[in-house]
Amino acid sequence: MGTDTASGGTWADIRARALGWRTVDIVVAAVLGVAVGVVFWLWNIVWSVTTPLFVAFPPAQAAVYGMWLISGVLGGLIIRRPGAALLTSVAAASVSAVLGTQWGVMVLLDGTLQGILPELVFLAFGYRRWGMGAAVLAAAAAGISPAIRDNIAYNVTWPLHHQVVYGVIVVLSAAVIAGVGARLLTTALARSGALAPFASAKG
Amino acid sequence: MAEDGRPGARVELSGWGWRHAGRDAHTLRGVDLVIDPGERVLLLGASGTGKSTLLHALAGLTGDDGAIGGDEEGLLLVDGERARRGRAGAALVAQDPESQIVMARAGDDVAFGPENLGVPPEGIRERVGEALEAVGFPYGPRHPTGALSGGEKQRLVIAGALAMRPRLLLLDEPTANLDPAGADLVRGVLGRLLERTRATMVLVEHRVAEVVDLVDRVVVLEAGGGVVADGPPRSVFADHGAALAAQGVWVPGHEPAPSTGAAPGGAVLLEAAGVAARTPPGLGVRVPPRRPVLENVDLAVRAGTATALTGPNGAGKSTLLTLLAGLARPYRGAVLPRGPLAAADRRPLARWPARRLARHVGTVFQHAEDQFVTGTVRDELRFAPLRAGRGARETEAWVGELLERLRLTALADVHPYTLSGGEKRRLSVATALSSGPSHAPDVLVLDEPTFGQDTRTWSELVELLGELRSQGRAVVMATHDGLLLRRLADVRVRVARGRAEETGRTAAEGGTRGRP
Amino acid sequence: MADREPGAPVADALTLDPPDDGGARYWLTRFNPAAKLVAAMVLGLGLVPAVDAVTGGVVLLGVLALVPFSGLDRRTLLVLGGPFLLMGLSSGLVNYLYGVEGLEGAVGAAVRLLAIALPGLIAAAGSDPTDLADGLVQRLGVPERPAMGVLAALRLLPLLADHWRTVTLARRARGLEAGRNPARMAALFFGRMFALLVRAIRTGTLMATAMDARAFGTGPRSRARHSRWGTGDTLLPVGALLLLAAAYALSARLGTLVLLFS
Repeated sequence: MGTDTASGGTWADIRARALGWRTVDIVVAAVLGVAVGVVFWLWNIVWSVTTPLFVAFPPAQAAVYGMWLISGVLGGLIIRRPGAALLTSVAAASVSAVLGTQWGVMVLLDGTLQGILPELVFLAFGYRRWGMGAAVLAAAAAGISPAIRDNIAYNVTWPLHHQVVYGVIVVLSAAVIAGVGARLLTTALARSGALAPFASAKG
Repeated sequence: MAEDGRPGARVELSGWGWRHAGRDAHTLRGVDLVIDPGERVLLLGASGTGKSTLLHALAGLTGDDGAIGGDEEGLLLVDGERARRGRAGAALVAQDPESQIVMARAGDDVAFGPENLGVPPEGIRERVGEALEAVGFPYGPRHPTGALSGGEKQRLVIAGALAMRPRLLLLDEPTANLDPAGADLVRGVLGRLLERTRATMVLVEHRVAEVVDLVDRVVVLEAGGGVVADGPPRSVFADHGAALAAQGVWVPGHEPAPSTGAAPGGAVLLEAAGVAARTPPGLGVRVPPRRPVLENVDLAVRAGTATALTGPNGAGKSTLLTLLAGLARPYRGAVLPRGPLAAADRRPLARWPARRLARHVGTVFQHAEDQFVTGTVRDELRFAPLRAGRGARETEAWVGELLERLRLTALADVHPYTLSGGEKRRLSVATALSSGPSHAPDVLVLDEPTFGQDTRTWSELVELLGELRSQGRAVVMATHDGLLLRRLADVRVRVARGRAEETGRTAAEGGTRGRP
Repeated sequence: MADREPGAPVADALTLDPPDDGGARYWLTRFNPAAKLVAAMVLGLGLVPAVDAVTGGVVLLGVLALVPFSGLDRRTLLVLGGPFLLMGLSSGLVNYLYGVEGLEGAVGAAVRLLAIALPGLIAAAGSDPTDLADGLVQRLGVPERPAMGVLAALRLLPLLADHWRTVTLARRARGLEAGRNPARMAALFFGRMFALLVRAIRTGTLMATAMDARAFGTGPRSRARHSRWGTGDTLLPVGALLLLAAAYALSARLGTLVLLFS
């Protein structure tokens, strides 16, 4: 599924793609983020009842964490331009900021980090590989952000080995749920014809 | 708005053609057309003839940097220059107001175009004021766009186009998504506007009768070809009306007349008792609390009868439909099965397991896509019979027969989302209908089933619904479609201000009010 | 054209209209939202290195003192206050259960977490999203086209939420129900997600076409709204920095300062 585009200087190619954003790239990246953001916002209302369970047993929360990281990977896989993962992720975070969360504008920082990390993975592949491998790695990278953040924000007094286990579960969950999930969704979306304006139209 | 002193743009196409990216056939080809400054032109043609594509091309949206990719041939000039988006004096108003409003406040949204054109701030303020006044916008510039009705939103969209002071006004079915009151409002605004401006106008509209007074010329396009008729509305309809109608175009004086058979009437199948509903939980911490949509609605749905819900958008028609279909729980009261339906399960419909519900109550959503759950047309049709426990062979035979009847055999293995609007509608009705021959659900609930359909799909649909009614099924539909109401509705219920009131009942049905 | 809107201002998730003559209660809403964002980031990030209750507590008290001037109404405080306190409680609990510093460490962790989050909460709840985007673009150099794109996409929030509900109903209409089976729940969730994303992409494509038709990105852009930045807007982040420094100094003076990874 990795689609190689025209050869030529990798950097020149990346530069051209980074500068050539069309309106449709920008808006669809942002709308994707908002769509994912609103699902999780509604989802949170439904699932807030289960919070006590998660509170008492943090690994359970870590295991489903991947869901929350799908936006950046999905944006990258669909739009296929440098910065798409970042834009989608920030858009998803801005939904929470606008609708109201106890973190307020700080979620924008989370969104930025969760977008930059998968962006780095796509960059490492020269923005040419969009297959399952790249998706899983990008999602795992995105998972690093909450893995570290939670350990220094929530679980500060935990012994190191607890923190490491927690972090590993978060990253694995991200790789499986966000990575595999985003890749499968992209394939399905391409089959439905919705991605016609994008390079991902062929899957 | 277009300054009264400035003349409209001149449009010239010669040998123009367009092929969408990834398609083999041209959407349009060999289009030769000259539109003089100030002319008002209606583009007409069967579904899929590329009318909207031509409008987009005139707006300069089909280049490499746009969302619409494909190959262009021939020449398309606006005032002697290749069309360039925004800057060439063209403005476009499309169907769906939701996707055309960019900003959260009315004034900011109107200012969006002028900002992009680099108009200095003082100039923008002046244009915003003028444009909002021209469309009779009833609120101030700081009014939240999210709080507007559909008709108000579309008026704001028109204001946004006017603020760019266009010399070429392109209208792509501007009233299609509105309820009758909203559509009247927008048509009124357009009529007044066209008296004041000298801008050239090109209009695409599905329901021709309603806009024919706004134009002085009709141009008929043919799929894969060019202009096949061109002239004043009266003469074009006289010469080509029958041919257009045969292609499914809504032509005044050529309304379809499907045969629907008589309504047999029958026992009550569903009864809404004291049903109340509220708006869904608002998004965000700043929204007001949930408000009531329906209050104390009582309604009986009878077998062999077509019940139509009418009323303005947002008044609760769709909410009432989802309650009648057992998809959601009412806030108060209940929707109860009666008669033969109660034999399946006596509990309120909302508490039925999904599988049982799907067997007895079919629902057709306004957007056909919402109800597709598989990846191919064939799987979509197989889904219900297989889940109902029918054998593989029986299912295949039934699916094959359905594909033939729906004229979808050649498309059996494509994704349902890639079908055309009419094909999607036919498929969505088929999926809701049955798990096998003679297993149609007792009640069929439809939300705006005829929306946006050409006359051919429209007629097929009305005939099918008539047939189901003759078989003694109950049909419940929410609709604005006046012709559908006249052809099919036995009982009309107006939903407005939280109430549902029966407003009409046809003679044929009146005779079967009692139990058979 | 009507200068005044008929009736009361309409509540809307994407707009905020603090009264001009609301007095001290709305003092914070008059700052540039970008300045509030910077101040919140300063406090939030500045507190990361200190894990004791005193440093966080000083900041928390300082910021709490601003709440009466933030323009937040009682309803917003209630709706956001619940999850906010629950978050503090849960952080305290997990640190008490699994941490190595006992009750004292748990209390410190909870107080610190709340102190990190509260400034952001106030900055977001008292800012109009459009004003925030204007501030970010015009004052902090955030690229304009993507910022406008996000702003436009946020307008679709109610539409997308409605659509999510419709898709959920449609699954039931087709006879699909997860019951208690987690695998089926996940399959159903991704199926709905797929349907939502298709609609989102289609709507986004239409919106991009509409924005293109209105000349978006065709050349230099002018701005109808000017994002004002006064001396106060510079002083707000500076004030945040001073509060942070005072908190660290006090904690160090009392000998309670505990740094992360120490």
